[in-house]
Amino acid sequence: MSDTFFHIDNFSCGYPGFKLSGINLSLEKGSFNGIIGPNGSGKTTLFRGITNSIATLDGAVFLKGKNLQQLSLKERAQNIAIVSQFVDTDQILVEDYVLMGRMPYHNRFQFFESKGDYEKAHHYMQLTDVLKHKDKLMTELSGGEQQRAAIARALTQEPELLLLDEPTSHLDITHQVKILDLLYRLNKEMKLTVLMVIHDLNLASEYCDQLILFNEGRLFTQGTPEEVLSFDTIEKVYKTPVITRTNPYSNKPVIFLVSEKMMKDSHN
Amino acid sequence: MVGQGKYIKWIGAVLALIAALLFSAGIGLSVGELKLSVGEVWRMLLHGGDESNLQYLLISRVRLPRVILGIAVGGALSLAGVILQGIYRNPLVEPFTLGISGGASLGVAFTIVLGLHVSLGSFMLPLSGFTGAFVIIFLVYTLSSRKGSINIQNMLLTGVMVSFIASSAMMFLMATTSSDNLHGIVFWIMGSLDEPDTGLIKLTLISSLVVLVIAYLFVQPLNALRLGEEKAMHLGVNTNVVIRVMFILASLLAGICVSVAGVIGFVGLIIPHVLRLLFGSDYRFLLIGSFLLGGIFLVLSDVVARTIISPNELPIGVITGIIGGVVFLLLMSQKRKGN
Repeated sequence: MSDTFFHIDNFSCGYPGFKLSGINLSLEKGSFNGIIGPNGSGKTTLFRGITNSIATLDGAVFLKGKNLQQLSLKERAQNIAIVSQFVDTDQILVEDYVLMGRMPYHNRFQFFESKGDYEKAHHYMQLTDVLKHKDKLMTELSGGEQQRAAIARALTQEPELLLLDEPTSHLDITHQVKILDLLYRLNKEMKLTVLMVIHDLNLASEYCDQLILFNEGRLFTQGTPEEVLSFDTIEKVYKTPVITRTNPYSNKPVIFLVSEKMMKDSHN
Repeated sequence: MVGQGKYIKWIGAVLALIAALLFSAGIGLSVGELKLSVGEVWRMLLHGGDESNLQYLLISRVRLPRVILGIAVGGALSLAGVILQGIYRNPLVEPFTLGISGGASLGVAFTIVLGLHVSLGSFMLPLSGFTGAFVIIFLVYTLSSRKGSINIQNMLLTGVMVSFIASSAMMFLMATTSSDNLHGIVFWIMGSLDEPDTGLIKLTLISSLVVLVIAYLFVQPLNALRLGEEKAMHLGVNTNVVIRVMFILASLLAGICVSVAGVIGFVGLIIPHVLRLLFGSDYRFLLIGSFLLGGIFLVLSDVVARTIISPNELPIGVITGIIGGVVFLLLMSQKRKGN
């Protein structure tokens, strides 16, 4: 078990009204993983369980052989960073926001950031292309820029594992691709392990090495996009008819939705 | 050095506020029915004076305690305000939104109605005020704590509701008691910096400084809470502990202020707001800045309250409400034009 980079072992967590149970999952270092599944299938709940925002009911999560439950909140934040779907802040400068990523490394008596903290923050802001906005307020940035600032903040934590909860769901297609390309580059260049909840199956197919499909509070299946995105699996879980093809440029599976309208039109 | 601009601005602002605080204290000591120059006042205080000198006695026995209490209460109320706004992530919360003043007033009203301040001594007034505040804090805290975790939104609603209940109970007491008692209650509620007991003044000053120091140890967690509770936790902040400790400290401090000086509203709301508008919401500056500006504001408000209809005195809450509200509205409209 300790030789796996990130390992979720028979893990159950939940809150009144929803329970995620019996999750077993392993991630390799430097892999790019996508969690997919219908609304309410437990994707976000898994994240909240990993970060201990909700109670663990059974099992454990291991990072490099260490049980996360036994780490302090600070140690956990030094190893796992999270980018949420929405960046919800009050009036805060982009630079100050990104600098917060250094907090897990400060003790109670360190009230001010060191020169090194600034250098790290600026480095990651450069990587995510938000350094030019450093003196703006977070609220002045567009959705895509806010998301990049959030990624810069997460990188400033210098984590082993980056969790992202639907980082692209409220962005237009240009920004979706921009964010995912950025994550892809970080994954390749920094060997950063990525675990991302993503709704768009085609984008998931394009970018992820491994897909993890959730359904009704359980892990339904996991594997390469080719393995997971078969039409019978998707139809079973999403309960909607689909057609799967292969993208001629990337050779990755592509999903087309089959609507009632389409069926009618094709019969006429 | 990187980030220098931010720190230089804060240090400059803190030094300016300290200077302004000393200046306001000077005004507070020299202005009144007997007018003295600020220079004379400082000379007298620095070199000591002889006890037979009436001017010296007036300064050291009457005005100085009042100015010190003003600094302590003003600083404490705005500090409590800024802390509570931080943990609730709500800029409209102040110590009194949570029923702390309601509880204190109710405690005092009981004491006056039962005549305990006459039979047991006048110390019963601040003691019952603090007890009332404490009971309310305890209620709000336990009602919103469940299974080891605390629901911050519940807590705010609970506070507002408990506050309503307390003020209704007080209205009941006021409606049914004698007019003498009614006068006593109203007079106490209106708030005043006139406190004969120097022990209480010292207690207020020391506790406000202690809370300031402890709050500063939680300054970065308070900053992290600006992102929301869950995100603060992702940054390694034990939000449960931070929120509990900060809530208890801030509300006890407000409880002490109310029981010593009565209900002086608005300070905890206006002062942090003004500083947020001018300097942003970083608590590393806000905590110290709020304390200093709160002290300045209350000392100057007290000067106005004492002199505007001299020889009579206006309740200080009237002044803080009017001046604070007007200044705040002006700043807001200025800021909007600036944008």
